[in-house]
Amino acid sequence: MPADIGPAGQNSGDAAPASPTGQPLLEVRDLAKHFPLTSGAVFRRRAGQVQAVDGVSFDLRKGETLGVVGESGCGKSTLAKLLMRLEEPTRGEVRLNGRNIYDLNGKALRALRRNVQMVFQDPYSSLDPRMTVGDIVGEPFDLHPEVVPKSGRRRRVQELLEVVGLNPEHINRYPHQFSGGQRQRIGIARGLALRPEVIICDEPVSALDVSVQAQVMNLLASLQKEFGLSYIFIAHDLSVVRHISDRVAVMYLGKVVEIGSDEQIYEHPAHPYTQALLSAVPVPDPSVRGRRQQIILAGDPPSPADPPSGCRFRTRCWKATEKCAEEEPALITRPGTDHDAACHYAATREDVVVHHG
Amino acid sequence: MATSTDPSAPPDVSGSGQTPLLEVDDLHVEFRTREGVAQAVNGVSYTVDEGETLAVLGESGSGKSVTAQAIMGIIDSPPGFVTGGSVRFRGRDLLSLPESERKSVRGSSIAMIFQDALSALNPVFPVGWQIAEMFRVHRGMSRSAARKQAIELMDRVHIPAARDRVRDYPHQFSGGMRQRIMIATAIALDPAVLIADEPTTALDVTVQAQIMTLLRELQDDSGMGLILITHDLGVVADVADRIAVMYAGRIVEQASVGDIYAAPAHPYTKGLLESIPRVDLKGHDLSAIHGLPPTLTRIPQGCAFHPRCRYAEDVCRVERPPLHEVAPGRTSACHFSEEVLSGAR
Repeated sequence: MPADIGPAGQNSGDAAPASPTGQPLLEVRDLAKHFPLTSGAVFRRRAGQVQAVDGVSFDLRKGETLGVVGESGCGKSTLAKLLMRLEEPTRGEVRLNGRNIYDLNGKALRALRRNVQMVFQDPYSSLDPRMTVGDIVGEPFDLHPEVVPKSGRRRRVQELLEVVGLNPEHINRYPHQFSGGQRQRIGIARGLALRPEVIICDEPVSALDVSVQAQVMNLLASLQKEFGLSYIFIAHDLSVVRHISDRVAVMYLGKVVEIGSDEQIYEHPAHPYTQALLSAVPVPDPSVRGRRQQIILAGDPPSPADPPSGCRFRTRCWKATEKCAEEEPALITRPGTDHDAACHYAATREDVVVHHG
Repeated sequence: MATSTDPSAPPDVSGSGQTPLLEVDDLHVEFRTREGVAQAVNGVSYTVDEGETLAVLGESGSGKSVTAQAIMGIIDSPPGFVTGGSVRFRGRDLLSLPESERKSVRGSSIAMIFQDALSALNPVFPVGWQIAEMFRVHRGMSRSAARKQAIELMDRVHIPAARDRVRDYPHQFSGGMRQRIMIATAIALDPAVLIADEPTTALDVTVQAQIMTLLRELQDDSGMGLILITHDLGVVADVADRIAVMYAGRIVEQASVGDIYAAPAHPYTKGLLESIPRVDLKGHDLSAIHGLPPTLTRIPQGCAFHPRCRYAEDVCRVERPPLHEVAPGRTSACHFSEEVLSGAR
C-alpha cells in the first residue's frame, strides 16, 4: 500500500474546497492553444487558426475535483493535453505547486510527468494489446525507476491491481481478456503507479455500461479519499460530473463560460449556454415529463476556426444583442449572481433545473 | 400495484385480442462463432402499436440490437441465425417470407436508423441522391421527381437550405445533421414502424434534444410505431410509453414507463435505476450492480442475472424464472418479483 502518498482529502459532501490551506495545487492562467490551419499541398500557407482553447483560467486545490463539461469541439480534450504538457500552449501558463510547467525541462519535467497522470476514455484503444497487464501497469516504472526498485516492481503492480479491485493473480493476462470496466480499472491502476497528485480523467466512464459506470465512479471517489488525489474530471454527462465534482467549469468553443461550485452551476446557472445544456439533459423520471422547461438550441456550435465576434455563444443565444457581437463578456460575477459567468446578461434561472428521486 | 403517473401511457392492449402492428413472438437468434454458440436472443416477445413508443432498454450484449436486426432481416448470416419464433407485421409473418418480398417490407413498412450516421450513409454519393434512392428503387420514380421528394424530406427533418445542400456529401454535414439525413431516408416511404437503434448516443446533449424532438414530431404527424433501442434511462423516461428491459438475450421486465420508474419489479431494473447519480446521493457511493454481464456463449444456469443479484437464492441458481404477469399490463422474470415490486426485497 502506498502509505507515503500524503493525507487524504476530505471532499465527501462538503461544498467547500477540500483544502483549508487555500494554496492551489494547480493554477491555470489565460491558457490558450491555437492550431494553425494550412492550405495548399506543396507550398503550405497559413490559412487561419483553430482556437481550440482560448484564455482559460482556474485553480485546482489539493483533494479537489474540478469537473469540466462541454460539447464536442469545446476544447476540453485539448485542455487536458495542455495540462499534461502533451501540447505546448500558444500563451498562458499552468503552475503546479507554484512552478510554471512550460518552463520545466530535464529532471524537473520528469518530476512533473510523475505528478500529473491521465485516465483515458477508451479502455480498448488506450491499452497495448500485446502487453500483459503487469507490463502495462508497471511500464511507468521503466521511465521512472526511482519510484520503485526493480526487485519490488511485481509486488507493487499487484498492490495496484488490488487497489483498483482487480485480481492480483491476473497480472500475466492480456487486455482482451478483460471487460470494458475492468480495462478502465487497468488504466486507473497505471495512472496511480507513480503516485501522482493530479489525475486528469478524460471521459473515464463514457464508454462503459450504466451498471459498470457506477463501479468505476465509486472507485475514483474512494481512491481520491485514500490518496488525497486531485481530479480534473472531463465528461459530457452532466449528472456524472455533478456527482463527483466539487466545482464545475462549463466550456463553449474554447472558453470557460461559467465556473462555480456544483451547487451554483446546477442549481443557479447564470449563463444561457449552461441553462440550455442543463435543460437538454433528459431526466430519468417520467413523472416530470412535460413539466420542465426545455430550451432547444437552434443549429450546431460554430467552427472554432471562425468563432463569432464578441461572445462566442451569441449566434445560438436567445438573449443576444448588438453588445454581444461587439464586446466579449468577461468571466466575472455580476449583480444578482453568486459566481463567475461570461455573459453580459447573466441572470440566475432555476426553471431549467428539475430534480428527481 | 404501482400506480401509473404518466397520463400518456397507452391502454393495455395485451389482452384485447386485436392484431398488433408489429409482434415479435418467442424470437431466438444465435451466432455460431469459433468460441462456441452465442445465444444472443433467447425467446424475446414484444409488440408495438400505432403511435406507440416502445423503449428496449439494455446494456451491451443484452440482445436489444440483434432483436431489431432480426425484425429488419439484416442479420449477417453466417454467423447469425434466427433459430425460432416469428415476427408478424399486421399479422403476416416476415420470417417466412421469401427475400424478395422481405425487401419490399424493409424500408417501406419497417425502417431503421442507426447510432452512427457517418458509417450508415454512403460517403461517395450526395445525401440527396441517397434519400432519393428510396423513391427510385421502391417507387420507380424518375430522377427529377425523386430529387424533388428528397428536398421536401430534408425540409421536413429541418435541414436548413435543403435545396442548396441536396448535392452535398455526408462529410459536409455535422453529426446532428447527418442523423437528420438518415432519419429522412428512413421515413421516406412513410413506414408504419421505425426502429431507432441508439439514435442519439453519439451526439451532444443539445443536439440529442433536437433529434428526440424531431422524432416525436414525425411520430405525431404519421402515427408510426417507434421502437427506441437505448441504454439511456433519461431518454427512455422522456419519450417512451412502454419499456422492455433486456438482459442476456431475454426480456426480464416489461411495463409502462410510469410503472417501471415508480417501482421496478425486477432486481436488474432496480439496480439500473439505483445506479444513476442523483443529487441527494452526492458524496456517497453509487449503488452499483456488482460483477459483469455474462458472456453469451456461457449464460449462467437458472436466472441469468443470479450471479449479480443481491436477492438470489438457491432456486435462482437452478430454475429459470418465466416472464409472468405481476400486475395488470406488466410482466417480470424473477422468482421474487412480487416482493421486489412491493419493496419487501
